[in-house]
Amino acid sequence: MNPTKLRLIMLGLILLLFLLGFAFPNPHPHFWWQKIPVFDIFFGFFGSILIIVLAKWIGHKWLLKDKDYYDHD
Amino acid sequence: MINLPPAFIYIIGALLIPLVRIRRLQQALALLIPVLAMVTIMQMPQGTYWQMQFLDYDLILGRVDKLSKLFAYIFVIISFFSMIYAIHIKEIGQHVAAYLYVGSTLGVVFAGDLFSLFFFWEIMAASSVFLIWYNRTEASLKAGFRYALVHLFGGAILLGGIVMQVSTTGSTLFNPFDLSTLAAKFILFGFLINAAVPPLHAWLPDAYPEGTITGSVFMTAFTTKSAVYVLARSFAGTEILIWLGAIMALYGVFYAVIEKDIRRLLSYHIVSQVGYMVCAIGIGTEMALNGASAHAFCHILYKAVLFMGMGAVIQATGRRNILDLKGRYLYRKMPITLGLYMVGAFSISAVPLFNGFISKTIIVAAAGVSEMPLIEIMLHLASVGTFLSVGLKLPWGVWFGKPDGSEDEITDLKKIPLNMHLGMGLGALLCIITGIFPDILYKILPYKVDFHPYAPSHVVASLQLLVLTLAGFCLYTNKLMAGRKSISLDTDWFYRTFGRIILEFCLFPLNRFRDSVQSSFANWTAAMASLSKHPYALLEIGWYTVTGQKKTMAELLQRTYDEKDYRLPIGIGVCASLIFLFIYALVYMRVAS
Repeated sequence: MNPTKLRLIMLGLILLLFLLGFAFPNPHPHFWWQKIPVFDIFFGFFGSILIIVLAKWIGHKWLLKDKDYYDHD
Repeated sequence: MINLPPAFIYIIGALLIPLVRIRRLQQALALLIPVLAMVTIMQMPQGTYWQMQFLDYDLILGRVDKLSKLFAYIFVIISFFSMIYAIHIKEIGQHVAAYLYVGSTLGVVFAGDLFSLFFFWEIMAASSVFLIWYNRTEASLKAGFRYALVHLFGGAILLGGIVMQVSTTGSTLFNPFDLSTLAAKFILFGFLINAAVPPLHAWLPDAYPEGTITGSVFMTAFTTKSAVYVLARSFAGTEILIWLGAIMALYGVFYAVIEKDIRRLLSYHIVSQVGYMVCAIGIGTEMALNGASAHAFCHILYKAVLFMGMGAVIQATGRRNILDLKGRYLYRKMPITLGLYMVGAFSISAVPLFNGFISKTIIVAAAGVSEMPLIEIMLHLASVGTFLSVGLKLPWGVWFGKPDGSEDEITDLKKIPLNMHLGMGLGALLCIITGIFPDILYKILPYKVDFHPYAPSHVVASLQLLVLTLAGFCLYTNKLMAGRKSISLDTDWFYRTFGRIILEFCLFPLNRFRDSVQSSFANWTAAMASLSKHPYALLEIGWYTVTGQKKTMAELLQRTYDEKDYRLPIGIGVCASLIFLFIYALVYMRVAS
C-alpha cells in the first residue's frame, strides 16, 4: 500500500474517532480534561512525541554509553 | 485433591524429575505437576491450615483467601504454559530450577507467617539465579552474581525487619503492618527490592535479558508479582506506594524508548507495568486493589507471551538487538511468532478486546475515583509510552523496519519447535479470552467488581489514545529507530561502580599493604630464627652500636654460632659468682638490719 493511501486512511480514522469522541462523552468525569471529548486525541499525539523526544534527549546526553562501558580490565 | 501445599507439589516434583530416566516420562511429569497443583488449589477451601510448630513459633503454610488463590491460579497457569514452551530443553537442571522457583513462589503466596514467608522468599532468589546462569555466557554469569547479591541483600533486610517485628510484637503472623515502626520499614524495603521499584529495580533489566530463553519467561512472572502480592497483603493504602508506582510506570517507559536490546526493553516494561500495580496498592481502595490483582493476572499472561515471542526470535536468529534485526523483513520468515507476539503487545497496550484493557483501566479509573489528578495523568502517559515501545517500536524494529542498505541477510534461521509456539499460543489465547470476557477474571478478584470496561466512551477514548500514539510514532519513527549499539546506565551504575572501586581498593592499596605487612613479618621471623641460632649476636649488635662500627644486620646474623669464639676461662665465671654473692649478702644484711 502506498504511503499516501496510508496517510489518508490514518487521517480518516482520526476524524472518525474525533466525531465518536463527541458522540460518546465520558459520563462520569472526575477531572476537567475528562470533560473534553477529544482530549485523548491530543494527549496520545503530544504524549507520544514528548516521550520520544525527552527520552532520546536524556539518553543521548546522559544515559547511553559504549557497550564496553563496564568492561575495563 | 492432594493434601499437600502446592509449593511442595512443585518442589517435590522438581526433585523427582531428574530421577525419571525416560525423557518422555520426564516431560509428562513436568507437565503433570502444574495440573496437580491446579486441581489442589481449586479444591482448597478458604481458611488457615497446614500449621506446624517450629521451635516456639507456628508456621502457617496455608493461609487461603481470594487474594492468595487468585495469585496462585495465575502462577500455576503460567508455569504450565512456560513449561510447554520449555519442554524441548534437554538440560533437566533448568526444569528443576524453574519448578523450585515456582514452588517457592507458591509458598510465599500461601504463607501465613513471616518465617515461612522468608524461607520461601530466599528459595525463590536462590533457584531463579540458575535460570540466568544456565545461559552460560560471561555476561549471564556476571549478571547472575549481581542478581544474587541484590536479592541476598534484600533478603537480609527483610529478615532484619521480620526479627524486629517478631521481637517487638511477639507475633509471627503475616498481616498488614504499621509503617510507623522500623520493622515495617525494613520489611517494606525488602519487598520493594523484589517489586523492582526504582531506584531498587536495576537488577531486573540487568538480569532478565541475560537469562536462558525459556528461563527468562519463568522469571517475568514470579519475583515481581509475588512482591506485588505481599505488598497488597500487607501495605495496602500506604501513600508512598502511590507515588513510587506512578514514577515507576513512567520510568520504565522512558528507558524502553532508548533501549535496543529486545528483552531489556521488555524488562523495562515489567518495571512500568508493575508500577501500575504498586500505585494501585498505594491507593488502597477496594477498586484499586481489584485493579492491582487483575492487572497482575493479565500482566503475567501477556508478559510471558511477549518474552516467549522475543525468545523465539533470539532462538531463530541468534540476534538480540533491534539494530541487528530491523530492515531484514523477518515477518516473512516468522509470521506466527509475530502474530502471537502482537496479541501480547496489544494486551500490554490496553487495546480493547485484549486483557490489558480490562485490568489497567481499573487502576487508572481508581486513581480518578480517588481524585488523584496527577497520578491519573502519569498513568495515562505511561499507557501511551507502553503502546509506543512494545506495540510499535519493538515489532516494527524486529519484524519490519526500513532497510538502509547496511543490513546483512539473516540466512541460518533456526526452526522454532512446535511446543514453543504452543506455549505462546495458549498464553495469547488466554489474553484474548480474558479480554473479551472480563467477568471470568472479575469473578475471582478479591472484592466485588463494579466496573464496565466496555462502556462506549471508554472504548472510544482508548482508541483515540492508541491511534494518535500510532500517528506520533509514524512521524518520529526514524528518530526512535536511530542509534548505535550501546548500553544505558541505570541505578546499577552505583553498585557496579562502587563494587569496582572496592575491588580496585582490595587489589591495589589493600593488597600492597598486606604485602608490606607480610614481608616485614617474614623478615622479623627470619631475623628471630637466625638470632635463636646465634644469641650472642645480640651482644655484638649492642657492642658495634656503642662503638659506632658499621656492620649490617645480615652480616651479623649470617654468622653461625661457634662455641670456641665465646669460651672464657672458668675463673671468670667463679669470680662473677663471688661478686654476685657478695652483693647479695650486702643487700640482705642491709635489709635485715
